[in-house]
Amino acid sequence: MKKRSIGIVETKYFTFAAPPDEMLLESGQKLGPITLAYETYGELDQNRGNAILALHAFSGDAHAAGYHNGDEKPGWWDDMIGLEKALDTDKYFVICSNVIGGCKGSTGPSSINPETSEPYALDFPVITIADMVNAQKRLIDHLGIDKLLCVIGGSMGGMQALQWVAAYPDRIRSAIPVATALKHSPQQIAFNEVGRQAVMADPAWNHGQYYGKSRPERGLAIARMIGHITYMSDKSMETKFSRKLKEGDYSYGFQTDFEVEGYLRYQGDSFVKRFDANSYLYITKAIDYFDLSGQKLIPTGTNINVHFLVIAFQSDWLYPSYQSQEIVRKLKMRHMDATYIEIKSTYGHDAFLLEIEEETMLIRHFLNRLYYGTGETDLYEI
Amino acid sequence: MKSENVQLDHKIIYDIVEPGSRVLDLGCGDGSLMQLLASGKNARVQGIEVSDEQIYKCVARGVSVFHGNIDTGLAEYPDKSFDYIILNQSLQEAIKVEFVLNEALRVGQKVIVGFSNFAYYKARIDVFFHGRVPVTESLPNQWYSTPNLHFLSIHDFENYCAHKNLRILARYYLGEHQEIRFMPNLLALNAIFVLSR
Repeated sequence: MKKRSIGIVETKYFTFAAPPDEMLLESGQKLGPITLAYETYGELDQNRGNAILALHAFSGDAHAAGYHNGDEKPGWWDDMIGLEKALDTDKYFVICSNVIGGCKGSTGPSSINPETSEPYALDFPVITIADMVNAQKRLIDHLGIDKLLCVIGGSMGGMQALQWVAAYPDRIRSAIPVATALKHSPQQIAFNEVGRQAVMADPAWNHGQYYGKSRPERGLAIARMIGHITYMSDKSMETKFSRKLKEGDYSYGFQTDFEVEGYLRYQGDSFVKRFDANSYLYITKAIDYFDLSGQKLIPTGTNINVHFLVIAFQSDWLYPSYQSQEIVRKLKMRHMDATYIEIKSTYGHDAFLLEIEEETMLIRHFLNRLYYGTGETDLYEI
Repeated sequence: MKSENVQLDHKIIYDIVEPGSRVLDLGCGDGSLMQLLASGKNARVQGIEVSDEQIYKCVARGVSVFHGNIDTGLAEYPDKSFDYIILNQSLQEAIKVEFVLNEALRVGQKVIVGFSNFAYYKARIDVFFHGRVPVTESLPNQWYSTPNLHFLSIHDFENYCAHKNLRILARYYLGEHQEIRFMPNLLALNAIFVLSR
């Protein structure tokens, strides 16, 4: 059998928390109605025991795998989700939903506020990773799944996986947090704040009131350029660009001389076409507020039965491996069944989207043991 | 029953460990011993291993392992939180041998230490007659490629345990295919000790 894509997929929508039953947010505010955009791949088994929730990173969406009709590009984790892939859709039922606060079909600041019939803009309440997960849990309830086989995600997706452990440990059998942290460090908050300031410094941002007008594209593009620098490593940039020039000679001006400049401008410009500036502010803030340090991941006195696979990458300086090791320390203290690996990679934080072969090996075996109860290597026994 | 595949040291450790034990294997390699204990003894096993290549093998075997260095200690684990700590062929690769062994004795009720015997007669022949650093079945590497940082004999280890007041609960001496009962410091390739405080 060879790896295959799952082909054409469609985004579905689930709406809940209609007033007066709005969802209570961590901030104390209420939000409703809430729509979640989601996709599913593969089939639920008879016992509803093969469901995996894939959790997207900062700029991701519900479209994790397969192709939307007419699209040339597949979903953001198509390398990992499909037939014979890490999340094998022949065996497992994979769910991915866009987070609340996002702009890809789930309720966020660009959604229409039913009270005003205008986009929420800054009237949208500040949301947290816990709020995102609480909304996902409603979707899982709606799909009739009592226990997820696994929650898995990289970066902000990993935070959501950890939040599932903290909030709903009895609803999951395992968690795979990848290239993530228990809390954002001051350096990580700082990068997010620079991004937010770039958005807010753009006059077009207009305190968030730009819908139907010209959008703060310059600010958002600069924010994204900074982001992309943090996703790569010194080495991967050297490999990809070195000091290569676009035109063969210096312009002695401020055009894009270097290929790395062209790359960042391209990434910035393409990002603004697909992402909402206010969503950028809300989601980065949610990431900065995230903090499961201390006893919050597994509260003292509670007993949970969750299996872990924690993955970090060697050259990732945005979410360095020491942060994954902090997660591992918590798991050791509580005697959780866990595997931790720091994968050799030069790709920086982007590695979680690129080191497919290594991740696939680990994740396939890990899920196999959970679902079928065995390892794949020949038995070594007496 | 596929006992012919199982290494002698693994067989001996397998017989030591009681069913259902909580086991931490320090320097667990490819996880084969852990898999053996998990499948045959229903032990709750966890490994720590420094080589990423070995981690992939452990995961393929379905055993859990932390990528890390045993020299950094076991600070996260409360006292006596495992029935057995296994240090099979890994203590001599640790930088801080005493620290690692003390940590093992702290978090484990019992510690199983397996090591190669440097005083094996063929090693003595290499040193005495050939004037070379020994290369034997249990010390197969050349001086420049060995992962071992420390070389010890069975006598050395017994003396150490006596000096540090460690209780030796059991000792096993291993030849190539069977246990050695006679003059182990001369005739055994490897030794396995079960210790406690």
